[in-house]
Amino acid sequence: MTSLHTPCLDTSVLLTPPALSFHGVSFSHDEKLLLGPCSFTLDGIGPTLVMGPNGAGKSLLLRLAHGLLSPTQGRVVWSNEGAPRQAMVFQQPVLLRRSALANLTHALAVNNVSRGQRVKLAHEALDRFGLSACRHTPARVLSGGQQQRLALARAWALSPQVLFLDEPTSALDPAAIKAVEAAVLDFHLRGTRIVMTTHDLHQARRLAGDVLFLSGGKVREHTPAQAFFNSPVSREAQAFVAGELVE
Amino acid sequence: MENNAFYVALSLLLSLDSSLIQIVVLSLQVSLMAVSIAAVLGFPLGAAVALWQFPGRGGVIVILNALMGLPPVVAGLMVYLLLSRAGPLGEWGLLFTPGAMVIAQVILVLPILAALSRQKVEEMLGEYREQFVSLGMSRSRMMPTLLWDARFALLTVLLAGFGRASAEVGAVMMVGGNIDGVTRVMTTAIVLETGKGNLPLALGLGIVLLTLVMLINAGAYMIGELSRRRTG
Repeated sequence: MTSLHTPCLDTSVLLTPPALSFHGVSFSHDEKLLLGPCSFTLDGIGPTLVMGPNGAGKSLLLRLAHGLLSPTQGRVVWSNEGAPRQAMVFQQPVLLRRSALANLTHALAVNNVSRGQRVKLAHEALDRFGLSACRHTPARVLSGGQQQRLALARAWALSPQVLFLDEPTSALDPAAIKAVEAAVLDFHLRGTRIVMTTHDLHQARRLAGDVLFLSGGKVREHTPAQAFFNSPVSREAQAFVAGELVE
Repeated sequence: MENNAFYVALSLLLSLDSSLIQIVVLSLQVSLMAVSIAAVLGFPLGAAVALWQFPGRGGVIVILNALMGLPPVVAGLMVYLLLSRAGPLGEWGLLFTPGAMVIAQVILVLPILAALSRQKVEEMLGEYREQFVSLGMSRSRMMPTLLWDARFALLTVLLAGFGRASAEVGAVMMVGGNIDGVTRVMTTAIVLETGKGNLPLALGLGIVLLTLVMLINAGAYMIGELSRRRTG
């Protein structure tokens, strides 16, 4: 396997997180095939960016990988015994109708973190994501950018081995996008496997270690980022990278 | 002047008439107790129906919804038959006591709390489900989270239940018996006074009842608004 290009990071210090494999996975709804069959293995350092036009099946692939959906056929397999600790950040952050702090302590509580540890870990995560000042603010009155940061802080507090992000910046302004991307790289540095969907080529160029390119529910290409952007193999990816409107 | 209902209501209140106070206190005790019991049973029941898929779930939802319109006299009759000397629970000796009235009102209020909380929790679950599954939460762990997050909606549901309990007359009349000083509540007193032709007093009692219900609703509304502003 060629070494994967990872921007701004010295990848030699990273531990390789658990590998994820799809074995002939497909997903159908109402007898209509929406994704697959697809087979691939994410065992590089990443971050893995899942790209493709709308309706290509990016979100579906993420949900199958995370276990929110079960494949109609095929298997999702992790390299270690059982599924690793994992978290997901959604396009629209789903936050409880409670304070920012309570959102974190709740997530820690359902993960059986002891009462004393919860508040400590929650404060640390809020600090790290610049949310200390609004820890008592109701999560739902925070700005869009703050809400997404809170969702990231919640994931951070759970110290996942794998983090899925589904178009986490598509509703945000540039400053908030920058904060989210920095957070994603923080996770990456901590040794978390990142699997993130985006349809923004520029964002993918900034973040990607490898790219999984989908169109029409099929994986067209899985290559190191540099190779993907410089010399995409599949016709669909060539058109996508060239900025044509791919369906 | 003595025939003016508002004058009667006001003088009833201002004179702090002891029998009136007793009636008001009993009314509140019975209805609040009934609503509390119904909430403890009904909210988890509603949330459980929202959360779990099981055979006959659709039937349970239809029955709960239909029971929201259960006629109070039918509920009263059921409790009467259960608690009467010859009935299965006759040994408890509860008929014509406030306890029997509480049971009857629980039967009336429970379907309202369960059916409406089922709806609220299900709506909220639709919004939260993926996040919950992502966090690895079991259904039984989701229940308290959903009930707490739906707290403002459930407060309104609670008020609807309290409204049903405090306004109802048929069931408490049948199982309580409207015994002066023992089981007489505001609604049964109004029926009695109307029957006796003492319309100003009946109307005066009605105004007192309405005022109480409004005060409780205003209080609940304010608590809800305050905590909503605090916790979002």
